[in-house]
Amino acid sequence: MALPIYASPLERIWYWTYRVICALIFIFLIAPILVIIPLSFNAEPYFTFTQKMLSLDPEGYSLRWYDRLLTFGMQNPDAPRDAAWWGDVWRNSAWVKAAKNSVIIGFFSTILATVLGTIAALGLSRAEMPFRKPIMAILISPMIVPIIITATGLFFFYSATGLAGSYVGIILAHATLGIPFVIITVTATLMGFDRSLLRAAANLGAGPVRSFFKVQLPLIMPGVISGALFAFVTSFDEVVVVLFVAGHDQQTIPRQMWNGIREQISPSILAVATILVVLSIALLTAVELLRRRSERLRGVSPA
Amino acid sequence: MSDIPIGPTATARQQRLETADGTPLKSALARASRRQKLRALALVAPLALFIIVTFVLPIGQMLLRSVNNTQFSDNMPALVQWFAENPPGIDPDEAAFAALVSDLRNGAAQRTVGSVGTRINYEVPGTRSLFTATARRAADLEPPYREALLEVNSDWAREDIWAAMRGASQAYTANFYLAAVDRKRDLDGNIVQSDPQNRVYVQLFLRTFMLSGVITLICLLLGFPVAHLLATLPLRKSNLLMILVLLPFWTSLLVRTTSWIVLLQGQGVVNNVLVALGVIGDDGRLALMYNQAGTIIAMTHVLLPFMILPLYSVMKTIPPSYARAARSLGATSWTTFRRIYLPQTIPGIGAGSILVFILAMGYYITPALVGGATGQLISNQIAFHMQNSLNWSLAAALAALLLGAVLLLYWVYDRLVGIDNMKLG
Repeated sequence: MALPIYASPLERIWYWTYRVICALIFIFLIAPILVIIPLSFNAEPYFTFTQKMLSLDPEGYSLRWYDRLLTFGMQNPDAPRDAAWWGDVWRNSAWVKAAKNSVIIGFFSTILATVLGTIAALGLSRAEMPFRKPIMAILISPMIVPIIITATGLFFFYSATGLAGSYVGIILAHATLGIPFVIITVTATLMGFDRSLLRAAANLGAGPVRSFFKVQLPLIMPGVISGALFAFVTSFDEVVVVLFVAGHDQQTIPRQMWNGIREQISPSILAVATILVVLSIALLTAVELLRRRSERLRGVSPA
Repeated sequence: MSDIPIGPTATARQQRLETADGTPLKSALARASRRQKLRALALVAPLALFIIVTFVLPIGQMLLRSVNNTQFSDNMPALVQWFAENPPGIDPDEAAFAALVSDLRNGAAQRTVGSVGTRINYEVPGTRSLFTATARRAADLEPPYREALLEVNSDWAREDIWAAMRGASQAYTANFYLAAVDRKRDLDGNIVQSDPQNRVYVQLFLRTFMLSGVITLICLLLGFPVAHLLATLPLRKSNLLMILVLLPFWTSLLVRTTSWIVLLQGQGVVNNVLVALGVIGDDGRLALMYNQAGTIIAMTHVLLPFMILPLYSVMKTIPPSYARAARSLGATSWTTFRRIYLPQTIPGIGAGSILVFILAMGYYITPALVGGATGQLISNQIAFHMQNSLNWSLAAALAALLLGAVLLLYWVYDRLVGIDNMKLG
């Protein structure tokens, strides 16, 4: 979109104004995420840049809020930091416990969503699939229906079936919320899958199961993994359903953050937020690499 | 032409087409295709079953609760029977009061009277204590019960309470939907507006639609130029810039909301920068949070990627040659944009706008944290009734209305865009 030679002065002015506008919008998108990173190293309990931070004085920065993440909820936070202290962190620190819960719930709900979603996507992408559109609409709907409605429905359902306050209940709910992402990514990958490869495999004597695992799955794997990552992030970031159906002791990272923000927001929240931003950068990189790999497998290379 | 057999002979030969085992080809093909269909269905079945059990059924059950409330009818059997035997218009007689007293005695013994009082309290505010206080003394009451009850509390003669009890004696009721649209029944059963101080929900629905519309519009205004830039830059550069769009998309919603709290609060970064620049005085700090402005700013940021991505995927397919042709035919750049480029982006505008609008309507977390009192949406009211006021049937009715609006838009989205075309990143 280079500026053509024949552009009038007005068009030249617009060309640069347009770029400036776009730059401002990009800043709007990214700045709020980046701004919390330096603030989480604030030595003072404020949410703004202190004079010392602005003058890049090392005294203005500290790791105290990260330290607080570990010590909060511990039995003996002031004990010498030996193996026993770390054991105390692992068992009692509120944020570590929340992280453990989040990982457990995220892991199992991702497995469930990915397996069920991938199998269903295989069926949905077949040409013979009857009632394709309405079934697809129902399977995608957990993404569209407002989360508060899902949470309300699950609250009543789990109270009636005794799943309230159980890990199984949260895992099932999070799997439901992650499934649309798996379906969307895997069906998109399957669209680029050459079905004649399956016929070739059958021709060479492979049964349907063998040809799936040996031929189809390796080729659609990038899509499956990025769907799984989406499902994991959905579960890892979900707070409303947890608030409604989880038991009192089932803290997760988002729930702990939610409570922290509502009750008394401390810079510890910014430390957690920074860790989560780093995590999301890692996940984004993973998905981007998978996308490129998928394109390479399909023989579409970016220009 | 003549060597192609036509007429009866050909038909007969076609009918004789058979597979190796002698079954007619037509039925063999039909069977094969049926088997294919079943196989495809069998692959989808486990997930469909899963979604039905963990998603469709719970929501259906909740919707049932919006029209079905047995808090009163289950716990006041004698009075329910009296209402069934005596049509509306008959004033409560001694038998009715006797039934009331016997139900209150049972209610006090089984501790259900609180839930009965709560149910009537929804219809006639301030009556819950009437039930609980009377039930405590119900055991000592002697016939004639009418006088005895009126002596305990003269409110038992109130017509509106008896009308509310008659209404609540039916398990199935539309009253919660009436309440959700600020309506109620008067003594004669006509639907009238609620008292002015109770009229909140219509306004709240309107505010939800209005704020979602504003957020969608801002997202479109901000997303359009960015999507256009991404679609027209060389792929290497645009991939790099795309990260700036995708990173917020992948970042936790709570993290993004937290950072807006940090930025927008009175002593926050935005106000500090403005004060340092001398744009505003130290005493004139802007109230950017805990009001509608906070909700709009934070939600625009959260939903912007959902606008940019569909716009981008449509814009990428628009060939630049049309615009060049228009220019070479003498159109100004503005005319080219308005008459050639813009119409081609309409599918993307539609897809992005509906998606953002749907998601904005149901938002809960961000308004709850940065919205204050004026920036709350309908979801927050549903949560309030679920967790604080415990009027679950009203929460369900509000949720049903919101769900109806969302599903309607979802259907429109499906017709316009097709859900199979939804893309993520």
